[in-house]
Order: sequence, then C-alpha cells, then structure tokens
Amino acid sequence: MDSLIKVEHLSKRYFIGKDRSGEGLRHKLDFWVKAPFRKQSNGKAGKFAEGEEFWALNDISFDVKQGEVIGVIGRNGAGKSTLLKVLSRITEPTKGRITITGRVASLLEVGTGFHPELTGRENIFLNGAILGMSRREIKAKFDEIVAFAEIDRFIDTPVKRYSSGMYVRLAFAVAAHLEPEILIVDEVLAVGDAEFQKKCLGKMREVSGKGGRTVLFVSHNMNAIATLTARCILLEHGLLRSSGKTEDVIRDYLESGHQKQTVYRADPVLERPSITRAEVITSADNAIQHHAAPLIFEFDIHMPEGQHGKTFSFQILDSMERPVVHLWQYDQERPMLRTSGTHTLQCEIPCCRLNVGKYTVRAFLGGAPGQPVDEIAENLCDFEVVIHGRPTLFGWRPETCAYLEDAVWKV
Amino acid sequence: MATLIIEAGRTEKHYWRDLWRYRELFGFLAWRDILVRYKQTAVGVTWALLQPLLTMIVFTVIFGKLAGFPSGGVPYPILVFAAMLPWQFFANSLSGASGSIVGNASLISKVYFPRLIVPASAVVVSLVDFCINLGFLAVLMLWYQYVPTWRLVLLPLFTLAAFAAALGVGLWITALNVKYRDFKYVLPFIIQFGLYISPVGFSSHVVREKFGEVVFMLYSLNPMVGVIDGFRWAILSGDVQPYWPAFGVSLALVGIGLASGIWFFRKTERTFADII
Repeated sequence: MDSLIKVEHLSKRYFIGKDRSGEGLRHKLDFWVKAPFRKQSNGKAGKFAEGEEFWALNDISFDVKQGEVIGVIGRNGAGKSTLLKVLSRITEPTKGRITITGRVASLLEVGTGFHPELTGRENIFLNGAILGMSRREIKAKFDEIVAFAEIDRFIDTPVKRYSSGMYVRLAFAVAAHLEPEILIVDEVLAVGDAEFQKKCLGKMREVSGKGGRTVLFVSHNMNAIATLTARCILLEHGLLRSSGKTEDVIRDYLESGHQKQTVYRADPVLERPSITRAEVITSADNAIQHHAAPLIFEFDIHMPEGQHGKTFSFQILDSMERPVVHLWQYDQERPMLRTSGTHTLQCEIPCCRLNVGKYTVRAFLGGAPGQPVDEIAENLCDFEVVIHGRPTLFGWRPETCAYLEDAVWKV
Repeated sequence: MATLIIEAGRTEKHYWRDLWRYRELFGFLAWRDILVRYKQTAVGVTWALLQPLLTMIVFTVIFGKLAGFPSGGVPYPILVFAAMLPWQFFANSLSGASGSIVGNASLISKVYFPRLIVPASAVVVSLVDFCINLGFLAVLMLWYQYVPTWRLVLLPLFTLAAFAAALGVGLWITALNVKYRDFKYVLPFIIQFGLYISPVGFSSHVVREKFGEVVFMLYSLNPMVGVIDGFRWAILSGDVQPYWPAFGVSLALVGIGLASGIWFFRKTERTFADII
C-alpha cells in the first residue's frame, strides 16, 4: 500500500517575544528612516532584530498509508495544532516537505465559518462550501445532514437562536458528511453531550472503517484515540517522541506526564479538610507489588475541625487511566474524622488480584452525597504489579485484562 | 488522484486552478455577506441609496449652485450621480475589502483556500449597491427626461475598469491591513480625500481648463479620474470628450494597480494565518 501522506523532516519556526503584528507601521518607518545612520555591524543589516525563535515542529517525519487512522497526541503546546495547520496548508512549513495524494479536508474546529445571522439551512451550504464540498454534493446530502443533527424543526431559524448543543450538532453533521480521501480532525469530540459524543465516535468509526478513508485524528480524549486508531504518533516540544501501536504510544504519553512517586505529601489546608499524605506499601521494594500478595494504602487526612458525615474513597487506575478498583469509607458506617487534627486511614487489600502493569491512585475527600467535595487528588502513588511463579503460555501482558480472578475450571 | 507537495517557499503552481476550483466558495462568501448585510435593519436596502443620494444633493448645491461650476448642459444632479456611481462603488469596495481578511480571521486560521477570494467577494458585494444606484440613476434620468446615447452600451466596460481599480487598491490595503492595523485608520482618510480630489462633484474639464494639460496628466495619475470620466462619457449625452491621453494614463494605472495588488497579496497571503 502506498503512503497517502508522507512527511519528511518537517519543521516550523515561529518568532516569539515581541508581538510585532500589533506594532504597526511606526516601527518599520522608524527602522527605514534610521537605516542610513546605523552601523552595519552584523549580518542582519536590513532586517529587524529577530525575536526569540521557537520551533513549534522540529524535524518530524512519518507516513500515513491508505485507509489508516492515525492518532496524534501530545500535551498542550507540543505542536499538534501546528502540524495539522501545516498539513492542511493553512500555514507554510519553514523546512521539510510533505507529499499528499488525494483530496484533504480538515476539521480544525467544528462550525468554522458559521454565521450567527444565517439560518441553519444557509449555514449548511456555507459551511459545506468552506469545507470544500460542491453545491451539488451538499444538496445531495442535505436531508441526511439535517437528520443527523436532529434539528429539522429549526432549519430555517438563525443559528444565533440555537442552543449550544444544537449548534455543535449541526456543525459536526456537516463535517461528518464530507467525503475526502484524507480527513484531518482536531478535537471535535470535546464538544456536545455524552450521547452526541457517542454518536460522533460511531460516525468517525464508520467513516474510517467502511469508507476506507485515511484519517488523522488529534484528541486529548485517550478513550477516543484508543477506540478509533491503531497507530499513533506522540509529539513533545515539537519533536516526534514516539510512534507505533496506539497502546504503546498512549502508555508512553501518560508516563511522560508525571514523575513517578510512591509517596504523596502536601501541606495541610487551613480552611478545609485535606489529604496530606498518601502512600502505597507494596510487597517488594521500589513500588513493586507481587500479584496475589497483600497491598496496603495509607492516607493522612488533616481536619481543621472535627466534622460528621465525611466520606473518603480512592480509585486504582491503570496505565491508560481507566479506573480498575474503587474502595471507600463513610463516617455513617464507621465513625471517622470527627475530631480536629491529622487522622490516618489505612486500607489493606489482602490479596491483590491486579494484572501486571503500572497503576496509580486517585483519591476523593468529601461529605455526604450533595455536599461539596473537599479534594480530588490525582496521581498520588504509582506502583507496578508483577507476577512470579505462575506460568502462562503466552506471557503476562497488561493489555489483556485489568484483573485476574481465581476460578475453577471443569473440562 | 492529485498529488500535492507542501514545501517552504514553494510558489503555488496551481494557484489559478485552485482559485477556479474554489469559485463556489467565492460565490457563497459573497452571498453570505449580501444576506447578512441588511438582516435586522429597518429600512434595509434603502441604506445603499441614502448615502450617495444625500451626497449628490449636497454636491449639487455646493458645486452647482454656490460655486457655479459648468455642467456642459447636463442637469447637475445627473452629472454628480454619474460620478457617484463608480466612486461609491470604489469606496464601498475598499472599506469592505480592507477588513475582510481580519474579519474572517477564524476562517483564515482554520481552513485553506486561496485567500484572494475573500477581498474579491467583498468587492462583488459592493456591486449589489452599485446596481441599486444604477437603478436610481435611471429614475433620475426619467425625471429629468434625459436621453442617453449609444455610448451607454459601453458602460459595462467602464464598470469593469471600476472593478479592476477597486480590486487593485483593495488588495494592497487588505494585505497591508493584516500586518499593520494602521490602515484601518488610513482608509477613511483616503476615501474622504478621494471624494474631493476625484472629479465627483465637478467635471474634470474644470480642472483641465483651470490648470492646463500638464497638470491634468498628473491629475490623471489618480485612476478614478479615468474611470469617472469614462462613466460620464458613457452616460451623459453631451459631446464633451474625455481627454484621451490622460484617460489612457488613468486606465494604465488601473492595470498596474491590479497587477501589483495581486502580486503583493500573493506574496503576503502565505503568512496571513501566522500573523493575523
């Protein structure tokens, strides 16, 4: 199979520091007026003193094949948006070369070009044209788009009177009915309610699966990335940090984010209860936990004053940040935290059944249902589960399951 | 399937083909601006008429009655309005085009298309007002029972010249305005001065008779002088001819303005998304 997109040594430079766009003509006039009197001391004569340069993309190379769905992940400022902008020809690269075969449509933001004064019907045509559809194409798909967006009653109402949900649904509906060979999608799923997000994911899957469309998909939603893509690239500070199987790249991404810590400590907060320490006590050193051995968690809670009705719970999350275990303790069931000072809560799992892999902890401190939450603390203590002395034919792998259960077989 | 290569500094080989491919978007943008223009206004299209109408009345009183400029036997309101047509179109196009890229910033930074279609569609929108004014001119001529000659059939040609003049200057100002927002403030000056410098309220013969032909050649460096003279010649039935050499200079400047405008716009449009 041929590559539809071939990116070679792509780099993009921006100048930061002084925002010269707003400076106006004065600077430039001033520069030219003074030019004859200035000493030609450096090679930059005739140019402005450049601001600090910043490489938003630095020597990126990758290939996308026909029908492939590729995820692009990275933290804010890693260069994802710049990459998509260069790919969709909105801005030029500074160095390098991209070869694209086929028609490209990019959805860098749903609803681009929507005009609030125009009706839904008018905006469908306008937005379609902006995204590169011909009038005939839009006409042919018009009913489908309206049905998908579920706005048929309001089709002749100006979109400024739409609810934000309707607006987003309409915008996504137009975009989803594009039929280019290559689709570039940025964060469309960050919008809309859960129900509509599900529908969008379904549509995306349909587009990439059935249509044989090549899709480049940027998102912070790891679940969406994991379900939609098989391959991913990870950008970090403009560099290509890793690329390969989605699972591996996501794991790399999540690990790159936080420093590994087995003990969490924080100063007590004066005005509300807070978590001051969290610690995992694993069965071996260096935060290594043997499967089926006991696993102990300890939390210090600081209470500025004693309270009734406190609740505390924590989750164990796997390396994809999916919660695997949830454990809790309520004052109503067993009195706790009723006096001021620091209290230690200990929780022991007698036989840890977690599968191999890396895990972290998220804790919640609050009141009864409906009461405000005092604290949600993330990435508290990291540990890794290993399995020794239990043979398996295929090797232990974290992606097969989250949890190993004792079971009795009859064959 | 078409293969596209994106590289630094690569002059877009398929620019004009792309421009043609995006002609529908061009139409849609113009259509959007026309639709939006008079939504939620009480008197709607009348606004297009009001400004040139009032200017015409004021100019007729000041230049025709008070100053007593000659009109060559033409009713003074018609003389003024024949010039108001291209001038108003020119002025509206400039103000429409100059802010068009900045006004469509979200579009520019999110989607690719040849950026040229944005100011061009702004100029097309002014063409609507132009047609309304043209209708009013017809009414005015009926009122004065003024009969034009065969030369009226050449009006589309001069309209084309007006279009080229507006687009050429418009492209320069649009591109400059993206980088230097100063032009937002410069433009009203250009338009206000231009209205008095160009022969709108008076006939260009006044200038020629008063200052001689050398000065008039210089005067014709203003491309709108030629365009306005052309309009008057086509619409009015008097046998007053434009001064053809100066007319040629004006039209040549229209051509240079358009060519250089396109060149400059294309040179800068690649960086629009970065600096907007």
